[in-house]
Amino acid sequence: MEEKVGVYICHCGTNIADTVDVMDTAQWASEQPHVAIAREYKFMCSSLGQELIENDIREYGLTRVVVGACSPHMHEKTFRGACQRAGLNPFLFEMANIRELDSWITNNKEAATRNAKAMIKGAVERVVLHQPLDYLPVEINPHTLVVGGGIAGITSALELANSGYHVYLVEREASIGGHMAQWDKTFPTLDCAACILTPRMVEVGQHPNITLLTYSEVENVEGYLGNFTVTVRKKARFVNEELCTGCAICEEKCPKKVIDEVFNVGMTHRKAIYKPFPQAVPMYPVVDRATCTYFIKGKCKACEIFCPAGAIDFEQQDELIQLQVGSVILATGFDAFDATRIPQYGYGRLSNVFTSVELERMLNASGPTAGKIGLRDRNTQPESVAIIHCVGSRDENYHEYCSRVCCMYSLKFAHLVRERLPEAEVYNFYIDIRAAGKRYEEFYHRVMKEGANFIRGKVAEVTDIARTPEEEGKLVVQVYDTLAGMQRRIPVDMVVLSLGMEARHDAQKVAQLFGLGCDLSGFFIERHPKLDPVLTMVEGIFIAGACQGPMAIPESVAQAAAAAVRSSGLISQETVLMEPVRAHINEAKCSGCRICNNLCPYTAIVFHAERQVSEVITAMCQGCGTCVAACPSSAISGAHFTHEQLMAQVQGLLWDMSEPESRELAAV
Amino acid sequence: MSEVYEPVIVGFLCNWCSYRAADLAGTARLHYAPNMRAIRVMCSGRVEPDLVLKALREGADGVLIAGCHPGECHYIEGNLKTLRRYTLLKRLLAQFGVEPERVQLLWASASEGPALAEAVDRMTEQLRALGPLRWKASVLGSNGYHPMAAVPCGGEAEVSDRLVAEV
Repeated sequence: MEEKVGVYICHCGTNIADTVDVMDTAQWASEQPHVAIAREYKFMCSSLGQELIENDIREYGLTRVVVGACSPHMHEKTFRGACQRAGLNPFLFEMANIRELDSWITNNKEAATRNAKAMIKGAVERVVLHQPLDYLPVEINPHTLVVGGGIAGITSALELANSGYHVYLVEREASIGGHMAQWDKTFPTLDCAACILTPRMVEVGQHPNITLLTYSEVENVEGYLGNFTVTVRKKARFVNEELCTGCAICEEKCPKKVIDEVFNVGMTHRKAIYKPFPQAVPMYPVVDRATCTYFIKGKCKACEIFCPAGAIDFEQQDELIQLQVGSVILATGFDAFDATRIPQYGYGRLSNVFTSVELERMLNASGPTAGKIGLRDRNTQPESVAIIHCVGSRDENYHEYCSRVCCMYSLKFAHLVRERLPEAEVYNFYIDIRAAGKRYEEFYHRVMKEGANFIRGKVAEVTDIARTPEEEGKLVVQVYDTLAGMQRRIPVDMVVLSLGMEARHDAQKVAQLFGLGCDLSGFFIERHPKLDPVLTMVEGIFIAGACQGPMAIPESVAQAAAAAVRSSGLISQETVLMEPVRAHINEAKCSGCRICNNLCPYTAIVFHAERQVSEVITAMCQGCGTCVAACPSSAISGAHFTHEQLMAQVQGLLWDMSEPESRELAAV
Repeated sequence: MSEVYEPVIVGFLCNWCSYRAADLAGTARLHYAPNMRAIRVMCSGRVEPDLVLKALREGADGVLIAGCHPGECHYIEGNLKTLRRYTLLKRLLAQFGVEPERVQLLWASASEGPALAEAVDRMTEQLRALGPLRWKASVLGSNGYHPMAAVPCGGEAEVSDRLVAEV
């Protein structure tokens, strides 16, 4: 049967019509083989435009539809819907992108019109070979996995759990809390981080809908939207969680002291058996296998001897747990920039240069100095403090982007230092002050009024080499003051480097595990930077918080809640419809060569040895078509991207090239 | 030549990175050579050599295959398979006397609209310099038979000699 194709060409106001001769193109299209009717219209995507198509399908009995308009990423769904409403299978439709790929890239009307015709011809040739397809219904497993137990992960988990859905929360460290648990006060309201965070941590620990897996890491991910199988390695803590009461006698009795590199960034000691911090959730300690005397020398077991509950278990092994979940929320957070990468700022070489994380711990009342600000010798109070902004950020040698939080926490530092050491001079060295946020600018003015000094300029160097007697024994901050237009050398007792945020060192690895992409800075890529910031390119995998890009607590929490809503939205649908773009093997043609078996990145192709044929498991196939391209017997066809369809499209695209010799002569 | 020769390039763009890069170039109104006619495929791994040969046979002067950067493929590693096939295809095309510039592989992520536009501009310039491919004459031989059939070995030099003479 001869197919009846309707071709619809959109003006898109003037977006297309200004460059492409739409009248001529429509007229030309109506004369092409297969085409029953061709029309142009001002706005094809409007309800009137869609009705036009629907009426034509009914009136003229169209069996195929081609729309020449914008990108299929914009309106393919819209026009598929129109076809469906008129009783035409939505996959008997094809879109020719004559806007993004044509009218918007050139002012050359002749070339643009020629390209538009070529793309429409390609679409027409292709669409006549389309087959009706049905969306694939996929059941959604009602459990959700949240990876990362910082404020973002905690928020997502609680939002879902409070909506009545079950959540697995996986955290790499021994306790949830993340970076926020390390901080002292939060800008601009100055409420203490622990006061607002720890109640939520406790809620997570006690929630009947949350299965908390701390000291655990995701090892493998398989499956697809609605049906992910995730393997989690629960590292041995050597503490029986059923028996442990969290009394902390083991920590007290453990004879081995080691530097606490993680939570207190090397500023104090912990024991070999430890809880990261007093309010840790869960409250069970872990035995650090790398430093524990028993693991090194084969004897000690002081903790086991003194444990009143008999909870220490040195026989414990790592456990591999398989979780079945319908969607995943990644909230893996950020790393602080490594200050030693900027040698001229002297961190690690000049003892009184501190990082912002160290100052946070120092300011924290439960931190290593119990809230006292002191130099490395732990006794001397600084009389002057320099706070250097944008360390690692806004610098083409490190990270070009702005880390967004450093201005505000540096202002907070200026306030807190002056609150605790009213006599001290505080200097803020900044490039620009970025205080865009609710009540942020007001906080900036407050700190200025309190008497902190602000010097606009990027610090060149921090040095201990004195040029004048008053610089003797001090750290000197060398900077070009861009407001005064002069070089300054400012001697201080203490320098604080306001570290930027960067992608986790292993973000790439995590991205590969879940099949996501990372942007040039290493942060996870969202589906759309404005309209879809929490979904990734992989259906069913969401991102929240600083793993997507530098952001402060309020934005992280907002994203986390958004991701939770998206996840619960999937669950409440119970089944979702997936694109039927899948590969299928024609068993009669399959020679059993097994070339496709190893090509499939999703191991969706199985080999039936008894029949000597391969088969694609439709539910696991993602529709990339790599196997289709590779099959030497052409036994595999990729729905909606078949060999015949693509070959026809190529032929149509090059419809005006069949006489290349004559074209060439014309050009000479 | 009195006029500039305007080559036609067929672009196979992957749905997730390169097609989005092309969309971005358009949305940003980056003007570049309107010489590419694009086909959307789900993954650059879907581009079988047959499609490239078909395009050249139907009169295209060049083919651009564009996919996600290695390690960023939406389908994990489809682009690496493209790379393998592309390398083999290039060797085959060289034996046919097809200049290497005529078939190109590009990695363009969804944010790299400018990179894609630049690549099309660059390729257009290269193909303008090369002129039309003239598959029938230069690859199949002027009377339509396969030159490789007549010269089983050492044929490469002869084909290119003839090309030089004709062009």
